[in-house]
Amino acid sequence: MLRFIASRLLQSAMVLLAMSFIIYGLIGLMPGDPIDIMVNSNPGYTAQDVARLRAQYGLDQPLLTRYWNWLQAALTLDFGYSRTYSQPVLVVLVPALIQTGKLVGLAFVVFTVLALTLGIAAALAKGSVLDRLINLLAFAGISIPVFFLALMLIYLFAVRLGWLPASGMFTIGGSGGVVDTAKYLVLPVLTLTAAFAGRFTRFTRASMVEVMRMDYIRTARAKGAGKLRVVFKHALRNALIPVVTVLALSFGALLGGALITETMFAQRGMGKLIYDAIMGNDFNLALMGLLFATTATLVSNLVADIAYAWLDPRIKLS
Amino acid sequence: MTERVTSPVAMAAAAVADRPQSVWQLRWRRLLHNRAAMAGGVVLILLALFAAGAPVYERVMGVDVNDTDLLRRFAPPSPQHLLGTDEAGRDVMARLMYGGRISLLVGLMGAVSAAIVGTLIGLIAGYYRGRTEAVLMRVTDGVISLPILPLLIVFAAIDLQKLGFSQEFVRSSAANFYRIVFIIALVEWTTVARLVRASTLSLMTREYVLAARTQGARARHILGVHVLPNTASPIIVALSLAVGQIILLESTLSFLGLGIQPPTPSWGNMLNNAQELISRAPELAFYPGFLIFITVIAVNFLGDGLQDAFDPRAESH
Repeated sequence: MLRFIASRLLQSAMVLLAMSFIIYGLIGLMPGDPIDIMVNSNPGYTAQDVARLRAQYGLDQPLLTRYWNWLQAALTLDFGYSRTYSQPVLVVLVPALIQTGKLVGLAFVVFTVLALTLGIAAALAKGSVLDRLINLLAFAGISIPVFFLALMLIYLFAVRLGWLPASGMFTIGGSGGVVDTAKYLVLPVLTLTAAFAGRFTRFTRASMVEVMRMDYIRTARAKGAGKLRVVFKHALRNALIPVVTVLALSFGALLGGALITETMFAQRGMGKLIYDAIMGNDFNLALMGLLFATTATLVSNLVADIAYAWLDPRIKLS
Repeated sequence: MTERVTSPVAMAAAAVADRPQSVWQLRWRRLLHNRAAMAGGVVLILLALFAAGAPVYERVMGVDVNDTDLLRRFAPPSPQHLLGTDEAGRDVMARLMYGGRISLLVGLMGAVSAAIVGTLIGLIAGYYRGRTEAVLMRVTDGVISLPILPLLIVFAAIDLQKLGFSQEFVRSSAANFYRIVFIIALVEWTTVARLVRASTLSLMTREYVLAARTQGARARHILGVHVLPNTASPIIVALSLAVGQIILLESTLSFLGLGIQPPTPSWGNMLNNAQELISRAPELAFYPGFLIFITVIAVNFLGDGLQDAFDPRAESH
């Protein structure tokens, strides 16, 4: 087990290294470069100044050299400064990470509970009106664009009904208490939940239907086990194995959902930070934001692998 | 009575009915019996007609999709503007129809490009096995698990001039369109690759492939003649399920201002404009969003039906 985890950790580190190079290269291809931006904000620069600045910042070096320099600095946790915030990248990133953690964590709990409940209910009532209704709802959830759903929720709950705030993270000049922050989280969490519950409801249902056909379920029934016992003790445990894996693997998609949700609701999380950094030519911040997101995804994949082996004793890790 | 049975037409009909069905006929009949899938198919045909009819609508109504009229902003529906006008006085109906072209075309072309990439990778991995397969499948797993949307935003933001394309090309709407298709192909090929690899692996153990190999057939012949035609089913199913994802992806990128660029209307970028006007004119957000939703759900119902129809284990409806 330990050897497996160690080898997967090493593998993830390699992927991260490769991704850091790819992202570094891609960021360099975005419109403008740091010197252009400096020159634009100060028309007094001459051509010599520009050349000198380029040399000073190492921007006249080839891509590999620049990447190597960046990597050496990054390994000492020096990630540079954010252009738009004029602060070290880490100082900007950490609060955003916490904000996204709140949003994604809450949504994850809500949609997992919802998807498991609906998925199991649909599987047990296979072919019934309830099953069809849940299926229709799940399809609707999968098919609705996240930004459209967010916009409609804002229109309904903020513009028409006035129950909840449309955007932001807390009331300016307000108490700033838990209730206040929670009010601002309701719509984003609702949006993210609706966007992801459908997919996992269908997945849970399919897995549960498959398991209920198994011989050991028939055996359990034949031995006189009660319906509840069969469903929750025998069937669910086995049905959950693929569901848990897919849930953990969905982390990357969840970050994408958070990006849209945070942008729509003006929440300063990782998603919005990355989006704003890319749009605003904040190279250092965009680079580290993307790498943080990649790291988080790789870790969740690792968790998926371990959970898979832990839940299913037939799988031997090697 | 006897006359009817012996008539040539009836005999021919009886012969057709008795003839064993091909697997494709069986699948087609299964699909026809799936009401949700059929409804999805009909909706898609209607949407395609809606999008194709854009120039006709313009001519009949005497409007132009890009004509602005600042004296008639936010006009209510009228005989001249069936769905009213937007914040620049443009005809909303015409813009929705042209936007539909973008969504459907990107969905189709993105799916086909993704299928080509995925099929090639799947075939190579399944045929050559060994290290090639290991590397290709690791890359596939990697692409599946990465935070795709943030990375796609970087791709969409790249300055093509830095890659040596001419300024003229970079600014053209064609470059804009193909960039989106390219970006989509870059991420959506994974499912097809996995499915094609799996079926290539199983096909490679068949006797007819072995026979071809012993006769000295080359990789290209084996893959093209024996393997590829038999992987059609998983490719079709994966494609039909990918189209919905692709349409959502395009609309999301366009909504974020990184996809199809104005003035070319797409359902996604129409929503971008409508976002700030949500309290003034909510219908401007509702129309394009609803059309995206209807399109994607129709594609998904059809794809789900295809999957069932193609699955030999599925119980017939």
